[in-house]
Amino acid sequence: MTATIRRLMLITDVRRTRLALAALLGVLTILFGVGLMATAGFLISRAAEHPAVLSLSAAIVGVRFFGLARPLARYLERLASHDVALRSLGRARAQVYEAVEPLAPVQLEDTRRGDLLSRFVGDVDSLQNLYLRGLEPPLVALIAGAASVALAAIFLPAAGVVLAAGLFLGGIVVPLAAASVSRRTSVRYAEARGALTSELVETLAGSAELAAFGLERDRLRTMRRADSTLVRISRRAAFADGLGDALRLLVTGVTVVVVLAVSVQAHAEGRLDRVLIALLGLLALAAFEAVQPLSEAVRELQATLAAGRRILDLTDRVPRIVDPVEPLAAPQSPVTIELEDVRARYGPGERPALDGFSLRLDPGRRVVLLGPSGAGKTTVVKLLLRFLDPERGRVTFDGQDLRCYRQEDVRSMIAVAGQDAHLFSASIRDNLKLARPEANDEELARALGAARILSWVQSLPDGLDTLVGEEGRELSGGQRQRIVLARALLTDAPVLVLDEPTAHLDPPTAKKLVADVFSAARGRTILLITHRPEGVDLADEVVVLRERA
Amino acid sequence: MRLLDQALVRRAAPVRSLLVLDAILGAASAGLVLVQAVLIARIVALGFSGASLDDVAFDLVLLALAFAGRSVLTWGFEVAGRRAASTVLSELRLELVERRLRSQPLATDGAETGEIAATAVQGVEGLEAYFARYLPQVVLAVIVPVAVLGLVVAIDPISAALMLITLPLVPVFMWLIGRYTEERTRERWLALRLLSTHFLDVVRGLPTLRAFNRGRQQAAALDEIGERYRRTTIGTLRVAFLSGAVLELAATLGVALVAVTAGVRLVEGGLGFQAGLTVLVLAPELYLPMRQLAAQFHASADGVAVAERMLELVDEELPSRPEPNLIAPSAMSATVRFEAVSFAYPSRPGLVLDGLDLELYPDETVALVGPSGSGKTTVGSLLLRFIDPVGGRISVGGLDLADCRADFWREQIAWVPQRPTIFRGTIADNIRLGDRGATERSVRDAAVLAGADRFVQALPLGYETLVGDGGRPLSAGESRRIALARAFVRDAPLVILDEPTADLDRTSAAVVAESVERLRAGRMVLLIAHRPELVEHADRIVILADGKGRAAITDEVL
Ligand SMILES: Nc1ncnc2c1ncn2[C@@H]1O[C@H](COP(=O)(O)OP(=O)(O)OP(=O)(O)O)[C@@H](O)[C@H]1O
Ligand SMILES: Nc1ncnc2c1ncn2[C@@H]1O[C@H](COP(=O)(O)OP(=O)(O)OP(=O)(O)O)[C@@H](O)[C@H]1O
Ligand SMILES: [Mg+2]
Ligand SMILES: [Mg+2]
Repeated sequence: MTATIRRLMLITDVRRTRLALAALLGVLTILFGVGLMATAGFLISRAAEHPAVLSLSAAIVGVRFFGLARPLARYLERLASHDVALRSLGRARAQVYEAVEPLAPVQLEDTRRGDLLSRFVGDVDSLQNLYLRGLEPPLVALIAGAASVALAAIFLPAAGVVLAAGLFLGGIVVPLAAASVSRRTSVRYAEARGALTSELVETLAGSAELAAFGLERDRLRTMRRADSTLVRISRRAAFADGLGDALRLLVTGVTVVVVLAVSVQAHAEGRLDRVLIALLGLLALAAFEAVQPLSEAVRELQATLAAGRRILDLTDRVPRIVDPVEPLAAPQSPVTIELEDVRARYGPGERPALDGFSLRLDPGRRVVLLGPSGAGKTTVVKLLLRFLDPERGRVTFDGQDLRCYRQEDVRSMIAVAGQDAHLFSASIRDNLKLARPEANDEELARALGAARILSWVQSLPDGLDTLVGEEGRELSGGQRQRIVLARALLTDAPVLVLDEPTAHLDPPTAKKLVADVFSAARGRTILLITHRPEGVDLADEVVVLRERA
Repeated sequence: MRLLDQALVRRAAPVRSLLVLDAILGAASAGLVLVQAVLIARIVALGFSGASLDDVAFDLVLLALAFAGRSVLTWGFEVAGRRAASTVLSELRLELVERRLRSQPLATDGAETGEIAATAVQGVEGLEAYFARYLPQVVLAVIVPVAVLGLVVAIDPISAALMLITLPLVPVFMWLIGRYTEERTRERWLALRLLSTHFLDVVRGLPTLRAFNRGRQQAAALDEIGERYRRTTIGTLRVAFLSGAVLELAATLGVALVAVTAGVRLVEGGLGFQAGLTVLVLAPELYLPMRQLAAQFHASADGVAVAERMLELVDEELPSRPEPNLIAPSAMSATVRFEAVSFAYPSRPGLVLDGLDLELYPDETVALVGPSGSGKTTVGSLLLRFIDPVGGRISVGGLDLADCRADFWREQIAWVPQRPTIFRGTIADNIRLGDRGATERSVRDAAVLAGADRFVQALPLGYETLVGDGGRPLSAGESRRIALARAFVRDAPLVILDEPTADLDRTSAAVVAESVERLRAGRMVLLIAHRPELVEHADRIVILADGKGRAAITDEVL
């Protein structure tokens, strides 16, 4: 547990001095509260002995001071502690993203999108409670509790002992006992939340198909199940939380009763000044404020640790594809690319997706790659981008293994219009500029023109600023494909890889489009992956990828 | 932000009895607090005047019992409140999803998945404090101060007057500061929403981002959004803390004022010791419920800010007519007619379809062709009733489709979308989406028809392979064939195939074409396609251009 906390502290980057300041203010808040009630009790008791009003002035000043100082201390404490908490989140999210990024796409495939979302937003958010609700309150309780006990012991050692026992019971034993009930619930809650988010994301993304197949009710039932798991867990947690609070209150009561009893007894035996009875009783009552947040602290600590482990699980994944320690200088354009007798496999238990495949792309050549669906054509693209390393054979740029270059250098040589390329929920312009942020409107227009979509974009009232919707769903199938193509054309990478650019186009458009792209790409190497006849006649070479046996 | 949001309070109606119980438990517990104060003062006063332990034993036992009673009540308060809240929250969550599934399957409302997910999980969680603690606390904040004041008046009217002076400060400050936070809380929620939507989009697009070497840059963008979230959060909190501090100041000042005046009056003999002490112990209790109310108010401010958007999504009246209840006739025998149908997407000006006339007869296959973006997929969506025409109507056997129940109508349809979704589950489960009751045998037959059986069999787990989100990825052509198998297993009288052979090689496409040929017998088929080998099978070809349809002959298309 402490190891996890330490690692989370590293991720969240917290300053110890700030934490100490917040804790100090927290201690002061409690002590001023104790001071207020104790002095007030003393004041009234002393006054009941009808002394000269002047002799009360010290107590009166004390009451006024504590009355003003407590809210101030509390205010500053909350500012300081929340500042610590929120600051700690600053880099946490970016770190999670940076850990995830190199895993895409192959190593992220077994993690659900919604689950990632839940970790990135919800779980990271809960990290702020590590300090706020998990670490600070125990620290404050320890110091403030000890101070209250010491104060009580000065006046009446027996009362100090009773108070110490009460605080120990209410502040340590009860929270830990309640926690042992809720330990499993917090882990399960984080998991259930992730599951529900995943379920939601998938259901919403596929809502049209679910509706078409009349499966809304089925889906809602699944969602209801995921939801009721969450509800059940949170009800169980409420039961345990309530129990913890109830026990703490009971301990408070018993402690106050016993402190009053020993005080009365001590006074009856002449060991205690009578004005101190009220002071001790009220002090005991106020001292429990320090341990009040402790049940929650243990709970929060557990919940935070559960969330934290889910985050560490992500940041712990080791990317399989990494840059070499001493990379070669970036390959120079024009470049010759070769796949030499390559075998590629996605997972240890899988059949090879590609086996014994060779391909040579000389500068400026236009190669068409044909092959049945599932033969491994898209896998070739992944190999070229180094999203996947071959299990046997090599992929080379100018005779050098791809693994000797930095990944970014490899990718900047290749522009891909992928089969499953993503469009971001943004404008057409933003989606294009992803490929080349510095591109001006003229260049955008040229790329759109070559992709045969310029006139449509121009016909839109918002033109390039038209939003494409989530996953580009406000575009038609063919429009989407052509925007993806235009994006690839926009780069000045020497190698252009087009994965099925015409699957959703009518034959005449498709034919013109391929011709346009081929002529727009003058001098660039082209690898065109297709099932369609268009472009085959324009190619320098046609390679057929056979299905694996 | 209002103290009580009507729309939210209405949501709590189903659990009203639980909330009332919660308030009763809270009030009972507050009553015990008063008893407790009186007892403590009495015990101290007795001890003060020299009583022995035996003299106060009875009061001590009573005091212990009061604490015990409160502890049981507290437990009940927590359990009842959170039980009520979890019921309301879960209803809200499910309604949110249900609405999207039932009335907005095409998501033309502009709400993105990330936003809805954030609203339904994070946002709804933020409302727990509202229902579990804030609402019952509203009752307590009214009852308890009145009770405390009543008791204090009976004991010592002057102290009561002092308390009254500080009391009105409380709601005034709450009101002032609550108003101020509303704007900021909403901003904060916007930032969170942005963070969720953006992250989901980025995660989905990571392969694309990395292919363009733009993966790393996103860290900066996310950092910035995260930072905005932090800034707005701190802003909200600062104000929240200030309002808390003001309330606390009122409380401690009240205590100090009462203590000092009571002390002075004690010296002068105007007040008894026990009375003074009782008033002192009671003083903080006057403010406590209101301080808690303020705390809960801020704790649920996030939730309330989200609630607005959530209720907007849930409660929005849909423009459609009163719930249609006719049952559309079977497409086996009735003709489907598009009669001068016009359609425009809400987010784009201009008509996509502009007075389209189109007939689909039983047992007929119509190929719908036309340039990309001409509205073919839109025709399919209209037929599926994902969207309704903005002009003209679609009739089935003379009945307006808009007057018929969508769910029954869709039961007659098998649909292969242009971009099929593979859901998380086994391959067999995915094919069974078309027909939940399909036997293993018919699932396989459908897969054979779709040309999918061979590759599925080659997988180590065959039909039991886990695919979809988080499962084994499939190639584009493989996914399409699974979607086709779904339609084949469905055995529906009306079939809509949107580019069924896109992403398929010649051989697979030929298998599919042959299967379509077999399928079309006795069915109404709308075939959206570009490829000759499919269009050839149609009885009739319609070209869609400029929002209108036109009959065509095969040669014209090929
Ligand atoms: N990430 C992955 N993990 C496991 N298997 C995969 C993965 N991606 C693809 N495959 C499998 O590898 C094989 C080759 O896939 P690939 O996408 O390269 O085919 P393709 O030739 O591009 O097909 P299509 O023409 O349908 O796009 C397929 O059987 C596919 O199911
Ligand atoms: N959800 C949407 N919101 C806004 N506009 C949309 C939406 N869906 C489609 N459109 C627009 O409506 C027009 C018709 O789209 P539709 O998808 O029906 O075309 P299509 O004929 O199927 O084209 P393709 O052959 O490329 O698939 C296009 O211009 C498209 O941009
Ligand atoms: Mg492919
Ligand atoms: Mg379409």
